[in-house]
Amino acid sequence: MDFTLDSEQTALRDAVRGLLKGYDAEHRRAVTKNDPGFDEDMWSKLAEMGILGLPFSEDDGGMGAGQVEVSVVAEEFGRVVAPEPFVEAVVLAGGIVAACGSDEQRKEILGGISSGEILPAFAWADPTGGEKGVTVDGDTLTGVKEPVLNGARADTIIVFAEGRLFLVDGAATERTSYRTFDGGRAARIRFDDTPATPLGDSSTGSGGTGSDATEATQSVIAAAQVAYAHEALGAMDSALKLTTSYLTTRKQFGVSLNRFQSLTFRAADMYTSLELTRSIVSWATMVLADDDVSPEKKREAAARAKLQVSKAGRHIGQEAIQLHGGIGMTAEYSVGWLTARLTAIDHLLGDGRQLTGQLARGLASYGVVEPLP
Amino acid sequence: MKLHLTEEESAFREEMRTFFTTEIPQQIRDTIAAGHHVGKEGVVQTQQILNRAGLAVPNWPVEWGGRDWTPLQRHIWHEEMQLACVPPPLAFNANMVGPVIANFGSQAQRERFLPPTANLDIWWCQGFSEPNSGSDLASLSTKATRDGDDWILNGQKTWTTLGQYADWIFVLCRTDPEAERKQQGISFLLCPMDAEGVTLRPIELIDGSVEVNEVFFEDVRVPGDLLVGEENKGWSYAKFLLGNERVGVAPVGATKRALATVKKHAEETGRLDDPLLAAEFVGLENELLALELTALRVVANSADGKPHPASSVLKLKGTEIQQAVSELAVDLGGPLALASGAGDGQGDDSDIAEWARVSAPTYLNLRKASIYGGSNEIQRQIIAGTILGL
Repeated sequence: MDFTLDSEQTALRDAVRGLLKGYDAEHRRAVTKNDPGFDEDMWSKLAEMGILGLPFSEDDGGMGAGQVEVSVVAEEFGRVVAPEPFVEAVVLAGGIVAACGSDEQRKEILGGISSGEILPAFAWADPTGGEKGVTVDGDTLTGVKEPVLNGARADTIIVFAEGRLFLVDGAATERTSYRTFDGGRAARIRFDDTPATPLGDSSTGSGGTGSDATEATQSVIAAAQVAYAHEALGAMDSALKLTTSYLTTRKQFGVSLNRFQSLTFRAADMYTSLELTRSIVSWATMVLADDDVSPEKKREAAARAKLQVSKAGRHIGQEAIQLHGGIGMTAEYSVGWLTARLTAIDHLLGDGRQLTGQLARGLASYGVVEPLP
Repeated sequence: MKLHLTEEESAFREEMRTFFTTEIPQQIRDTIAAGHHVGKEGVVQTQQILNRAGLAVPNWPVEWGGRDWTPLQRHIWHEEMQLACVPPPLAFNANMVGPVIANFGSQAQRERFLPPTANLDIWWCQGFSEPNSGSDLASLSTKATRDGDDWILNGQKTWTTLGQYADWIFVLCRTDPEAERKQQGISFLLCPMDAEGVTLRPIELIDGSVEVNEVFFEDVRVPGDLLVGEENKGWSYAKFLLGNERVGVAPVGATKRALATVKKHAEETGRLDDPLLAAEFVGLENELLALELTALRVVANSADGKPHPASSVLKLKGTEIQQAVSELAVDLGGPLALASGAGDGQGDDSDIAEWARVSAPTYLNLRKASIYGGSNEIQRQIIAGTILGL
């Protein structure tokens, strides 16, 4: 078992870190003020660096990298709360096309994502909190999906409807966009007899051509859960760093705050949460990167990592604000952004309560949880 | 990043698993599995079997019976031992005084003490804490004064675990009351428990057990060759010892086993269908997984045998989860847990299952886990100070 990155992965991490280093609170605030809620120039630079095609096969125009590389990149996004939708567009929406699309669809869409020309959005949720909202009638869709992250900016919408997946031209839909609490954008998307292409190849029966797309989507969701978990880990790491630095510089009662044990002990507990999270999240990446592990085990590992992220993200995010005091409440200061993003990640692709329920269903099928296969 | 053990590591794990489950008497392992103590004989018998196979003191220098294992191999050895319900080598011997003598003792002391310490022919106990020196250990006041070549030892130690079985005690004592800093005037002495002037008084604990004692020293004459290392350098040896103590103190394997046992009882009684209870199991299993992975991560990164600073996380979180599992067991036992005294006398006097009977005493006993080995507050102090720079 080896938790360390190799030299290429370290180089990738450093390159992404270097590219995103300008994202302090002020710059992030300026960028997210205007639509589409992220920096289009940065998106192009990410494309040039190969980040937007990272997990796709070389045949499809991507880099052919694995989960480790995806996790490394996501963690750097989380560290500075970069607003560019790497996990949403590349890992999740792109991942679904990679898993379910026909050869032709993969080439076109994944190639477009990799080059930065196509921004995809995944329309899964409906306004009631479920995953329905849209009905299928022949080659058209009717109904509402919301909230769709980056839905208004997206060139291509991947729609989950009646257990199947479809591709829809973003421009062919009626979209209203608004700000999300973490600085991003989401949309309500209305479909009204909107033309839709099933995702997938009729010859293989995968994706939207009749078979249940839920199963194929599960593995992509696991990959996105683990990527989110790393993004959250990066955010938690930053939140603790900001907090410890604040405790040593901020003075009250004539002394710096780190003289108060009630505060330093709470920072110590944040560190404990962070390190436990780092371990389980890195482990989940290794499980997903391992070809010998079954899809069920991978999904379980992703759920375990995200459950820990849910707990630790709340703990660290809440404490980071409290230990900062009033300044932690301001949009001018990063700690609130980190906590907002942690809150968003917690509620995407399964929160702690849902994942607990999922894991509880398998509870009686084993004695102990074994980290090693 | 790689998930799998190497082929050699897998083979090593298999070798350990096979040894522990076939070479240690079933009756000893059953006793541990049922949540009971195996007593002095069980511990001695097990350690002697381990020692014969070279598995008692792998952390020692090779010439004294240690093995040149990687940190991961040591971790596997320790985990497999716990999972197989094998009582581990006596910590006072294997993790505490043994490494101190091996590293800082004279050649004569090594030859005299290390072989019987590894084989548990000598049972050691720890003379560190005092009534007025707990977490602030360096304030200790038990003192040793020179008399010719000998030392005269006076004072009192407390919380001396299993001192009732001990042949020898290792003692931190003040040898220079004038030293500028309290840490500077402390020495590390070895003392036979049957020396004249040593008395031991047992302390009964909240679970009814007697595992700790007070030890009194009244003009005890200790020969000069029983001073370990240099005079007044004892504090640095103690710090070395406490660092070793912390690494082994997160009982991941034992807690995993305990949680699996509780889960089995919950399942057998149909209680696992209660979603609230199931959620508690999921939460604990997940935290325990995160802890185990942290232990693996820490051993993988610890260089030259020095404890990783994050070992405080293992102690802190490991004992919290251990306590939480014991709490869940009492909850599951409910009123049945009150039958704790059943079976003490003539065996068959209760129809209540064994696990429920031992659950409350175990829960009460394990309150100690967040106090010993450097209390969890001391661990937070270490994390805040050493790691976070606060």
